[in-house]
Amino acid sequence: MAKYGKNPRAIGGLVRDAEVHRDVYVDPEVFDLEMEHLFPNSWIYVGHASQLSKAGDFITANIGRQPVVASRHTDGSIHLFYNRCPHKGVKIASEPCGNTGKFFRCPYHAWSFKTDGSLLAIPLKKGYEGTGFTDTQANDGLSRIKNVVVYRDFIFARLSESGVGFEDYFGESLSTIDNMVDRSPEGKLAVEATPIRYMHTCNWKMLVENQTDTCHPMVAHESSAGTAIKVWQREQGNSTETPMAVQLYGPFMSPYEFYEQSGIRIWPNGHGHTGVANSIHSNYSDVEGYLGQMVAAYGEKRAHEILGEVRHNTVYFPNIMVKGAVQILRNFIPIAVDRTLVESWVYRLVGAPDKLYERALMYNRFINAPTSIVGHDDLEMYERAQEGLKSNGNQWVNLRRLYESNEAPDVTAVINGTSERQMRNQFHAWAKFITMDMDQPVEAAE
Amino acid sequence: MISEKTITDFIYREADLLDTMQWQAWLDLFHPEGRYWMPLEWQQQDPVLQPSLMYEDLLLMKVRIERLAGERTFSQKPKSRCHHLLQAPQILVCDPAAGTFKARTSFLYTETRGDTLERFSGWASHDLVPVGDELKIRLKRIDLVNFDAPFGNIQLFM
Repeated sequence: MAKYGKNPRAIGGLVRDAEVHRDVYVDPEVFDLEMEHLFPNSWIYVGHASQLSKAGDFITANIGRQPVVASRHTDGSIHLFYNRCPHKGVKIASEPCGNTGKFFRCPYHAWSFKTDGSLLAIPLKKGYEGTGFTDTQANDGLSRIKNVVVYRDFIFARLSESGVGFEDYFGESLSTIDNMVDRSPEGKLAVEATPIRYMHTCNWKMLVENQTDTCHPMVAHESSAGTAIKVWQREQGNSTETPMAVQLYGPFMSPYEFYEQSGIRIWPNGHGHTGVANSIHSNYSDVEGYLGQMVAAYGEKRAHEILGEVRHNTVYFPNIMVKGAVQILRNFIPIAVDRTLVESWVYRLVGAPDKLYERALMYNRFINAPTSIVGHDDLEMYERAQEGLKSNGNQWVNLRRLYESNEAPDVTAVINGTSERQMRNQFHAWAKFITMDMDQPVEAAE
Repeated sequence: MISEKTITDFIYREADLLDTMQWQAWLDLFHPEGRYWMPLEWQQQDPVLQPSLMYEDLLLMKVRIERLAGERTFSQKPKSRCHHLLQAPQILVCDPAAGTFKARTSFLYTETRGDTLERFSGWASHDLVPVGDELKIRLKRIDLVNFDAPFGNIQLFM
């Protein structure tokens, strides 16, 4: 029997001040409600405008369970539609990306649509004369998603027609995207690589939480980063140069004190980031020529300001994480209550030396790939949690580290870097956005 | 004298060392500058400025192997095992005068851990160089037929 549907009070009861009920991770009904309410009410990352460089370019994605397609129209504008033919519902675009030419053509009956979604032609059009077709939704062509914002080339959409506006939703958190883009001497990013894809048999929120969990690296990653340091110390011989690989692995083994003083910043609506004062990305070697390019582009002061901002992981609620200092975005795409597709994208800093792109690609395959030993450490923990949460012995997940009883929701604050407050922040937003468009509370089931 | 049969025998032995988890003997097959590469794109040419699933030198391969036996390597409790089924290698170059030996081998690879079993298929390309009387791996390249699929953990070497 449905416990949570149309029952905001019951959903609210899953989130306490510093605990969440296991049903948020394991109950298929809760997952269905996330797809029906949470994702449509939130601003969701769809793709990057550089993937749509020419007219006719398109990318496909899912927002919750809704298939969508984004396209570049002949006038340069970007449009987002539900990926379904208005005739019989066939998906008009099946590939992750491509170029459709001047129009989309449904493969079933050859209905065709301009790249702004409007209906271009139907074969045997006269068969619709006098049928009232022009009064139907189909006559309008592909169903458009109205709330689309392209912020510094990052395409976000909100499916719900009403809700929180883009600027109010993200607020100051956009500063992480700004910093990533500003790291290009031309102020521009480009997607040139296909994403690394990694299937996780666990709930999507476990991944999101882990982005600001700073008490696991030195424990869970002793097996990978710890071994990397050990092998390097033994084998480096007379070399004085730390290879890029060791620079990327090494900081994962930083002690608790390092993370404590690095700090976490939280923002309203569930966003937040680790690495305020410094981060595991702070001490990478300089890349020859890059600083000079940045100074030439931005001036001495601003260039140092940009490069001095080395945030670790920024969570954009609900389901992406941005790593500005290495130009990576991870998209945690929910497939089922216990299944999550992770797509890890690398952006190239336009105009910057190749070495920075090489480092970003290396980081992505070292940390985010199904062949990454660091990734193996994490996924093992998520899978064990997904299994362990079936236990009836204790149905609550504990998020009380550095909890203060007077914590205000939806505020901006900088806190101790080992706090679980960002996770509490996310769950506050989770309860808010999943219930936002539900009817007034009905009586909770007794 | 290195013949086509020497190359074929080398490739079969290499797979056998992986299947029997003789990791050190397997590492010893690599040239000091050897690389293990698993591309992420179709007919990929560049391992550095194009994305790959793996591109590792000996240091990184050693890390991976030492990790397998680590006391706190939880993703190896229980341990993974693997099996290679190889088609006869296709010898692309066998040129003792130039010291160049290349082969491409179609394979089915199975990796198993606990109750799960995953199958992968593709082609292994070997770029071999002579060191004294022996062949060493300069590059082992794995092209999966579904390199773009979302995989779960792949923990051993194909």
